[in-house]
Amino acid sequence: MGNGTSIGRVRGLGSAKGGTHHWLIQRFTAIGNLFLVLWLVVSIVLLQDLSYASVADWLSNPVPAVAMILLLVSTFWHARLGMQVMIEDYVHEHANKFACIVALNLAAFAGAAFGVFCVVRLALGASA
Amino acid sequence: MATAGTKNRPLSPHLQIWRWGPHMFVSILHRVTGNGLAVAGLGVLLWWLGALASGPDAYATFAWAMTTPIGYIVLVGISWAFFTHMMSGLRHFVLDVGAGFELNTNKVWSILSPVLGVLLTAAFWALLLLR
Repeated sequence: MGNGTSIGRVRGLGSAKGGTHHWLIQRFTAIGNLFLVLWLVVSIVLLQDLSYASVADWLSNPVPAVAMILLLVSTFWHARLGMQVMIEDYVHEHANKFACIVALNLAAFAGAAFGVFCVVRLALGASA
Repeated sequence: MATAGTKNRPLSPHLQIWRWGPHMFVSILHRVTGNGLAVAGLGVLLWWLGALASGPDAYATFAWAMTTPIGYIVLVGISWAFFTHMMSGLRHFVLDVGAGFELNTNKVWSILSPVLGVLLTAAFWALLLLR
């Protein structure tokens, strides 16, 4: 790339043509977060107390367990998209930006997978 | 390669050029609270779920850490960040459909959304601690 011709210097520097999709998914996951995190907030307030027995008993039920798994998927997806925008705004050097986005993807998938596994383990009673 | 041919391009004015307004504050706050939630909020959520999955001993460690003064600061910070990000996010939904750009309306909601975020945080902790 960039052998001195005008077109060679600008190729690959324009839009990635993926902005609308990114923008829409950010909104879809935002709506998911709105309902799911508000569900978590209300649930925390309605729980009798926040002791291990109360919380584990509550989160082992099918509906809270599924809602928590959906919350993990929605929030980690939303966070991954949002942090990508921050990285693109503040990390200008190409190799560093690439490395940051790779690390972000690994962290987002690993975090969501860990959270989902914890809920499944609790709900299926492996530690009880 | 990214810098090829970009040396003398005109740059858009940065923050200090513009006269400050609440819309700038709420925009920066949205980014700060969002990224804060992504790191601290999701981190604490995973610790909570990991402790629940590991059993009562691990949960006791988590509960101890979260009831220290620093733990309370972190939890109040996360809840404030969530309610603030939620309010400015709802503001974004309104702006997304093309509404709320009139100068006065925009200013009112730019001021109201962080204020409502603080009020919701206070209400949440009041309900939690007074139940």
